[in-house]
Amino acid sequence: MIPLEWYLILSSVLFCVGLYGVLARRNAIAIMMCLELMMTSITINLVAFWRYGNVANLSGQVFAVIVFAVAAAEATVGLALAISIYRNRDTVVANDLNLLKW
Amino acid sequence: MSGSQIAFLIISALTVYSALMVVTGRNLVRSALWLVMTLFMVAAVFTTLDAGFMAVVQIVVYIGAIAILILFAVMLTRKVMNDTEPQTNDNWWMAVIVSVVIFVGMVFMVSGVSLPARPASDVSNQIVDLGNAFVSPNQFILPFEVASVLLIAALIGGIAIAMPREEEG
Repeated sequence: MIPLEWYLILSSVLFCVGLYGVLARRNAIAIMMCLELMMTSITINLVAFWRYGNVANLSGQVFAVIVFAVAAAEATVGLALAISIYRNRDTVVANDLNLLKW
Repeated sequence: MSGSQIAFLIISALTVYSALMVVTGRNLVRSALWLVMTLFMVAAVFTTLDAGFMAVVQIVVYIGAIAILILFAVMLTRKVMNDTEPQTNDNWWMAVIVSVVIFVGMVFMVSGVSLPARPASDVSNQIVDLGNAFVSPNQFILPFEVASVLLIAALIGGIAIAMPREEEG
């Protein structure tokens, strides 16, 4: 039997690794990958709380499925943006995307 | 220490290692493949939680759709960054500090609350219940439909954003 704390700590490790990547990587697509890492770590939490709480109440799993849908939508729009930016400005480096910087 | 605990520790060590490879890797294609590995290991974590449906959805949606989408985007924007130049910005040490502080805070919070000690014993029939819950009017049909609308909107938005302009040919 695995303690619930282990799942929570695994999920926070994954979340913080993803957070580091989002803050530190230069490539916009690498930032998207790290965002996906953070999203997955959240679903671990949701499913773990469902399993250790009231199993008959399926809100945890339903919430996790919704997070999947949101992650798919976010990846679609984000990568479309990255490709569009690449086509217009020949770069996906986040530092060079300073069109709105004043 | 029981067998399931050892299995969990191995799975989580692989998860964290491949996540670190995603974040630190210089070659973006390799990073994307390590991301696939991470997502696979998270699916294994779901099976240790008796959530088989979630594990399958994780593999189909994340690996089958999102990771492939990311790989395509990496390949379409391949010539931008050399693998030799630094892949992190100048403030990476601040990112390390922020992540470590947030991690310590989360561990502190987890150790502070009293959590349920053992999982519920009976999880049979959960996939049928989940399927019913998604379409039953007094449970989750509204979030389910909102998610479908969101996906359609994202699909159309993705096409509209990535479509080349007319004057560019």
